[in-house]
Amino acid sequence: MKKEIKKIKKKRVILNQIKSSFPAKSINESLSRMIAASLVCQLDPTIDELADIKTAVSEAVTNCIVHGYGNNYKSISSVNKSGGEINLYACYYDDNSIKIIIKDKGKGIEDVKKAMQPLYTTDESGERSGMGFSIMQSFMDKIRVISNPGKGTTVIFEKKISRPV
Amino acid sequence: MEIISNVNDGILYVKLSGDIDHHSAKTVRDCVDNLIRKNNPAELELDLSSIEFMDSSGLGLVLGRYKKQTDMGGKMKIINPTKRVLQILQLAGVEKIIKIERIRQA
Ligand SMILES: Nc1ncnc2c1ncn2[C@@H]1O[C@H](COP(=O)(O)OP(=O)(O)O)[C@@H](O)[C@H]1O
Ligand SMILES: [Mg+2]
Repeated sequence: MKKEIKKIKKKRVILNQIKSSFPAKSINESLSRMIAASLVCQLDPTIDELADIKTAVSEAVTNCIVHGYGNNYKSISSVNKSGGEINLYACYYDDNSIKIIIKDKGKGIEDVKKAMQPLYTTDESGERSGMGFSIMQSFMDKIRVISNPGKGTTVIFEKKISRPV
Repeated sequence: MEIISNVNDGILYVKLSGDIDHHSAKTVRDCVDNLIRKNNPAELELDLSSIEFMDSSGLGLVLGRYKKQTDMGGKMKIINPTKRVLQILQLAGVEKIIKIERIRQA
């Protein structure tokens, strides 16, 4: 009986994906939004769904730049030598859901649960609002944060896109 | 990002348009702070009707200007935020702190 149910509930299949990496420069915040949005556009999302995705990506990538790498971008050669790169992966499945993975190899987060609380920020000088994770949570269906202090942070989003009528 | 401003009767009107993210926020902040310093306005009106994109960096920007204004004894209000901008402002409870006004445009 169990086996049969498993058979019926078939695994979703990835239909398209993009893998990109770019230096942790603030000008790449808009670039990252555009990359994710361009792929998701192939699913014909609503304007709101697209804005949700752009906002969540912007939050996660900004966090890599500001917190992960401490706003420390100097030059491409220093990125090539000592790191300071952000990886963005995005894909969509045959069930009209998307997955986005944003990864840095920066300083990491000690206490992820605490970091995700509304208004929590470790940056007192730069006018951060501490609302980044709250926005990501409210605009995406699922968010997972994996972080190792000293090693880096990975944020994974999932969202279902409504089928066009 | 484009910034339009004018001063009238002690009211500093600033209209922001385009994208507000962490990258653009610094320029906007410097520009608005300069206008505040120069004019020492009784009230700052921040028009957010032409924002195409805003994330939590915009929240920091808005709250930071509010703090600056009130520290100097002035007032501040937000004018005509877009639906998206309003959604983000409300998530942070900004409407409980800063007056949000809808003005019909001619
Ligand atoms: N990629 C990251 N690397 C290191 N620390 C992070 C990262 N992302 C988030 N954080 C931590 O989580 C906190 C909360 O993040 P967020 O909700 O986006 O608020 P804000 O960016 O305004 O501080 C940050 O202040 C920071 O301490
Ligand atoms: Mg943030």
